[in-house]
Amino acid sequence: MNELRAQAAPDAPATSRIAIADGDIHPARSGARDFHPWLSKRWQDHIDQYGAPSRHGWQVGPAYPKSQPNASRRDAYPPEGGRPGSSLSFMQHQHLDTNNVALGILNPLGSGQGVQNPALSAALCHATNEWQLAEWTSKDSRLRASVVVPYEDAIASAAEIRRYADNPSFVQVLLLSRTAEPLGSRKYWPIYEAAAEAGMPVGVHAFGYGGNPVTPGGWPSYYIEEMTGHSQCQQAGLTSLVMEGVFERWPTLKMIMIEAGFAWAPPLAWRLDKHFHTLRSEAPHLTRLPSEYMRDQVWWTTQPMEEPEPRAHLQDSIDWIGWDKLIFATDYPHWDFDDPAQALPLRISEQQRADFFLGNARKVYRGCA
Amino acid sequence: MSRHVVATAQEIPQGGRKLVMVRGRPIAIFNLKGEFYGMLNRCPHQGGPMCEGLVTGLRESKMPGEYVYSREGEILRCPWHGWEFDIKTGQSYCDPERIRTRSYPVEVATGQTVVEGPYIAETIPVSIEQHYLVVEM
Repeated sequence: MNELRAQAAPDAPATSRIAIADGDIHPARSGARDFHPWLSKRWQDHIDQYGAPSRHGWQVGPAYPKSQPNASRRDAYPPEGGRPGSSLSFMQHQHLDTNNVALGILNPLGSGQGVQNPALSAALCHATNEWQLAEWTSKDSRLRASVVVPYEDAIASAAEIRRYADNPSFVQVLLLSRTAEPLGSRKYWPIYEAAAEAGMPVGVHAFGYGGNPVTPGGWPSYYIEEMTGHSQCQQAGLTSLVMEGVFERWPTLKMIMIEAGFAWAPPLAWRLDKHFHTLRSEAPHLTRLPSEYMRDQVWWTTQPMEEPEPRAHLQDSIDWIGWDKLIFATDYPHWDFDDPAQALPLRISEQQRADFFLGNARKVYRGCA
Repeated sequence: MSRHVVATAQEIPQGGRKLVMVRGRPIAIFNLKGEFYGMLNRCPHQGGPMCEGLVTGLRESKMPGEYVYSREGEILRCPWHGWEFDIKTGQSYCDPERIRTRSYPVEVATGQTVVEGPYIAETIPVSIEQHYLVVEM
C-alpha cells in the first residue's frame, strides 16, 4: 500500500501535441458592464431602462435550451468565478497552452448582433470589437479578432468593417446564420463588398436572431433538432449566396461556414448543379456551376464534426470538399467541444493533417500566413 | 496488480466524488449510497474529465408520451458531450447505431428500453479497508 495521494491535475499542458489553429473560440463577457468603456452613457442608460432584446419575438436568451448550463463544458468555469470563456488566463491554461493553439479566432456571441434596435445593435457590435482588442488580442498574440457587425443594417456593418480594414488584429468578418432574409439577399451586399475590399473572409456562425424558425418546416420541439437545423439553415444561406450571385460579383470573396457541419456540402452541390443544368436561364448571372463557386470560395470549420460509420464516408466527403478547405475548430468553451487529439480518426497523409489543423487557417484568415 | 490507498472513506460523502491519481492515472471515485466505485477520469468518447460530470438518473421511454425516471444518482453524464455512463459498470447508454444494427434486437421488449451504447468507461475496483479507500490496479 502506498500513501494518500494529492488531488490530481487533470489537464497538464501537453506541449508534444502538434500546433493547431482554432477557428471557433468564444470569449465571453463576465457581466453586462464589461462593454461600458466603449458604450456611450446614452446606450448604457437605454439598456438599463429597456434592455437589449433580440429580433425573435421578444423572448430572452437563445431559441432553445442548451444541454449543459451556459452551453458550456462543465469543467470550463474559471476558478476565479465568472462565465466559461470570460477568463483569458484560464482559457490559456485549459485550452490555448494545453492544446497547443498557435492561431485562435475569436467569435464573440451575445454581442450586439441580432438586437432589434438597429442603432443599439451597431453600438454594441462596436463595443464588442473594441473589447476584443483591449481584453483579448492585445494580451495574447495567438488570438485574432472578428469584426462583429450589426448585419441587419448593412450600411452600418460596412462602415464597421472599413473602420478595422487596416487593423491586423481583425482577420475575418462575423455574421450569424439566422438572418432576417436569406444570406445572399441584396440587403446584405454592402457587407460582402466591404469584406472583399478589406481582404477579410466572412464567417457565418450558427445561431442568430432572424425571427424565422431554424428549419424550413417550422419550429421543432427539441434542442437536437436545432443542433441539426444549423445545417439546414446554412444550406439555405449558402444556396442563397450562390444563386443571388454574391460569389459571381465578388470573386475574391471567401466565406467560412462555422459550426454547422460540412459533410452535407457535396449533396447540396450535386442538387444545385442538377437543377442548374435545366434552370440556368432563370439565373443567367451565374457563369459557373453552383458547385464551382462552393469549391472555390467556401471554407468550413470542422466542429461539431460528423462521425459516420464507417469513418471512410467522412473521408469521401472531405475528398470532395477539398483538404485545403477545412479549418479545425473546437468551439471552446462550449459543451460540444472537439478535442484536437481525438477529432480526426482518419488515415491521412502528414500534409493533409498539417493543413487540416493549421495550414488552411493560416491561408484563409487575413494576414495569418 | 497492486493495492493503493487513495482516500479515507469520510472524505467522500454519499453522492460525492473525488479525483485521485494512481500509478500516474487519474481515477474518479464516486460514493453511491455508501458503496464506492472507481472510473478512469477520461471519457472513452473524446477524453472529457468524467469526475466533473453531472450525476443524474436514467430517463427511459417505451413510446413517445410515456417516461420513466429511475436509478437516480447512478448515471454520470460526461461534462463535455453529455454521454451517459452507468457509474457501477461503466456501460454507456443510448447509441442508435446499435438499434439499427440490431445488436440488441428484441430484448427491448423485455423491459430494457434503454439500449447499451458502444462505449464502456474503464471502471476500477474500490474497496474499504478500515475506513480507507483502496484501489486495485
